[in-house]
Amino acid sequence: MEENYIKHQYAPILPEKDEWPVVKLARERKEFVKKVATLSEGRILDLIGKNPEILKEELETTLYREKLRIKQNPWDVDPDDEGTFWGEVKNNLLQIHSEVSGTKAKKLEAYQEVLRKITSRYSEEIASNFKASHYKFTRRVVTYGFSRLLNAARVKGFGSLFSNQFTLQDKIQITGQTAQLRELATKGTVVMVPTHFSNLDSVLIGWIISVLGMPPFIYGAGLNLFNISIFAYFMNALGAYKVDRRKKNMMYLETLKTYSKEAIQFGCHSLFFPGGTRSRSGIIESRLKLGLLSTAIEAQRANFENGITDVSGKIFIVPVTINYHFVLEAPGLIQDYLSQTGQERYYKENDEFSTSYKISKFLFKFFTKGSDISVSIGRAMDVMGNYVGQDGKSLDKWGRVVNTQEYFMSNGKVTVDAQREEEYTQMLGKRIVEEFHKINRVFSSHLVAFVAFELIQSKNAKLDLFDLIRLPQEDLVLNYEEFKAACQRVLDQIFELKAQGKIDSAPHLNRSMDEIITHGLDNVGMYHAKRPLIKDKSGNLTTEDMSLLYFYHNRLHGYGLEKLF
Amino acid sequence: MALKNSSKSQPIGVIGVGSFGTAIANMLAEKNEVMVYARKQEVVEEINTQHSASGKILNPKIRATFSPEELCASCGVLFFMIPSAAFLEVTRTFAPFLHPYHLVIHGTKGLAVQLADGEQWDTLKKLRRKQILTMSEVIVQETLAVRVGCLAGPNISKELSDGQPAATVIASKYNEVIQEGQRLLRSEKFQVYGNSDIIGVELSGVLKNIIAIAAGALAGLGLGENAKGLLISRGIVEMAHLSKALGGTASSVMGLAGIGDLVTTCNSPDSRNFTVGFRLAKGESLSQIMASMEEVAEGVNTIRIVDAFLKTAGIRAPITENLHRVLFEDLTIEEALQFLMKYPFSVDVDFV
Repeated sequence: MEENYIKHQYAPILPEKDEWPVVKLARERKEFVKKVATLSEGRILDLIGKNPEILKEELETTLYREKLRIKQNPWDVDPDDEGTFWGEVKNNLLQIHSEVSGTKAKKLEAYQEVLRKITSRYSEEIASNFKASHYKFTRRVVTYGFSRLLNAARVKGFGSLFSNQFTLQDKIQITGQTAQLRELATKGTVVMVPTHFSNLDSVLIGWIISVLGMPPFIYGAGLNLFNISIFAYFMNALGAYKVDRRKKNMMYLETLKTYSKEAIQFGCHSLFFPGGTRSRSGIIESRLKLGLLSTAIEAQRANFENGITDVSGKIFIVPVTINYHFVLEAPGLIQDYLSQTGQERYYKENDEFSTSYKISKFLFKFFTKGSDISVSIGRAMDVMGNYVGQDGKSLDKWGRVVNTQEYFMSNGKVTVDAQREEEYTQMLGKRIVEEFHKINRVFSSHLVAFVAFELIQSKNAKLDLFDLIRLPQEDLVLNYEEFKAACQRVLDQIFELKAQGKIDSAPHLNRSMDEIITHGLDNVGMYHAKRPLIKDKSGNLTTEDMSLLYFYHNRLHGYGLEKLF
Repeated sequence: MALKNSSKSQPIGVIGVGSFGTAIANMLAEKNEVMVYARKQEVVEEINTQHSASGKILNPKIRATFSPEELCASCGVLFFMIPSAAFLEVTRTFAPFLHPYHLVIHGTKGLAVQLADGEQWDTLKKLRRKQILTMSEVIVQETLAVRVGCLAGPNISKELSDGQPAATVIASKYNEVIQEGQRLLRSEKFQVYGNSDIIGVELSGVLKNIIAIAAGALAGLGLGENAKGLLISRGIVEMAHLSKALGGTASSVMGLAGIGDLVTTCNSPDSRNFTVGFRLAKGESLSQIMASMEEVAEGVNTIRIVDAFLKTAGIRAPITENLHRVLFEDLTIEEALQFLMKYPFSVDVDFV
């Protein structure tokens, strides 16, 4: 069981890069951006019922928010002409207000002109700058560079720098439905939805996709990542489009959704982090941001509307979990979480930022020491959350074939019903969360962190989370034997759940309990300055950072394992 | 909605020809073609030849079939009007023929219990929310239909058949289901309200049966209108808390399916739930009452399920708990009443 993980060599599913949808999209970038702008404009007009007064109000709100953002929260990546652009918008609005009089239609036309400017700017801003040559280069650099580092660290002796004994796949294990994913990517359009714990996820997933021999996926990456120039290069090379979380105005959001929907309809495989941002608490996402997810459903319905009813028009949702022993940003994330939930009851002691330096330090440690990462690919589903078979057909719980189009039909025709699709999006979100829990892989480090935190909590049953975190060190010591027994109880339950298909576990959990605990202690949050869990001199366990322990413990939240304490 | 015309050619399906099913089928038949499903061939023939079902008169436009397949293939909108005891079985019979394009509206007031392999309902003392299914949840779980709605409110079949003015609530997460239900059922004499909180509306219809048993008991004890007013208002509070704990909202309990139906049921001595309470108060035991009733009063089953749920939910529901002790343990109605009168309900309204 331990070593049965096989490194596959995956042949590319579409060898010629000219055939990649993302390359085609890049070739037609200009027209595509224009199309997105026009469609977004139409969407917004529909939303406001073509009422010039409401449009005016929306424009003014957008203008106000954008000006505020430029003033209060400027970033390096922001273009220089932002101030000028919004100044012009302001002038336009003033002009219309004072000069255009008369009919509603005339006013609407004038405001629409301004709207068009804005959606054009936004869609240009969002669009990716994918270049196939950069992609190939990046992929080579990543793979080559990483394997050099890895071999240098592990294979001793002269010439180790040129050894090929270890590759990245030794460090990052890909498990699950890889064959199905590759198969479906040639048939229809794949929308991958991974869990999100670390900024590294974006790069990691990009690499996974290329290892699996699939053409690059497009995905929305936070614009903040483009602030770091090295990331910006990677992101562009991997086909990322930009999502600016500072812009919460309706016009931006509609343009973003239109971009995503059109790209999926274009046939570009896409990737969303459905949690929206990194999980602050370390809990597997349980409430998803549904905005982008709804675009997958919309695109599917649009394909049916356009009569593309065969598998080429089908959209496959593939949940993915990324399992780490160690999350670089954990201290910052958990502090965010605690200060949000605890408000005045929690105050930060220090602030940690992820800088390029820290990331490179982590990468170096990651390759020279050991901290395995595994990526589990879940079973593909249609947009209604039905599993699909190898041929791309949807199957219901009893294995009967389901025609996905029928979910969008009333009285024998495909109809557009925004409210219906909103409900469907919620259903899909729930299904994705369910799948996340099923394919989540338990590591030794998750187990030890979970057990240690729960034991401490059960010994201090009267304290709430914020009091627990401030417990003095001497109250945080756990007897090894007691700890070991509790680990065994939890592990038994995990295996029980695994037998029911409700969770997955890493092979190293089949070792003896002492070995598992040692492995877990060695790995849990291994590169943090303050370790979440260590053995003290007398062989008992203690923590140096209770909030980090809480963070790693949360990975096993949502399985009812707390009941064992 | 240019598609309205095309649905006119499609009949509306009604499953179940009990008194409520027949009343709804007749109302639907005023504007549309209707196809009803009955399990027994002789009932089907009776409907098709004599336009009546077990003596109840049916509109001649109503056709009957005993083939679930034919019904599902011919109809886009289906009304499930079956007693809750048969609900799961009938749903499973229809499951192979139901498609995601079907709109399903049910009018059944009951809860189902979902047991894992090897579990016996009789021995279970506790239930978690996950193990309890409302009827719409049964449909979604057992079939491919997702656009599901329910019909609830004070709808005594006889009054509907007589053409007296009345109203109902159609609840669904999907606006299209509500709109379709309104379009099909609305008439000069029948008002149809919409509600998006389907769970809350279903629960209102289910939980009011508990209070109806209590109302019967009060009548059986010979108590008057003050007591009834007290019961109804405390009943609403209890329903609101239970509904919230089971995933509905308190506001649906305030509506037609909650207060509306509760007042009607507490004042109708013919209802089965009321009768159970009445006979309990007259000193009969549950088994004696059950032996002489044709159909199980739904409230009895609901009390068992809700009482088991209370043990995991961490809330109190004094009326339900005490009725449970009367029905399944040795408490007498008088003792239960005394207990409730001493119970420290200090706050009048604590849920809005």
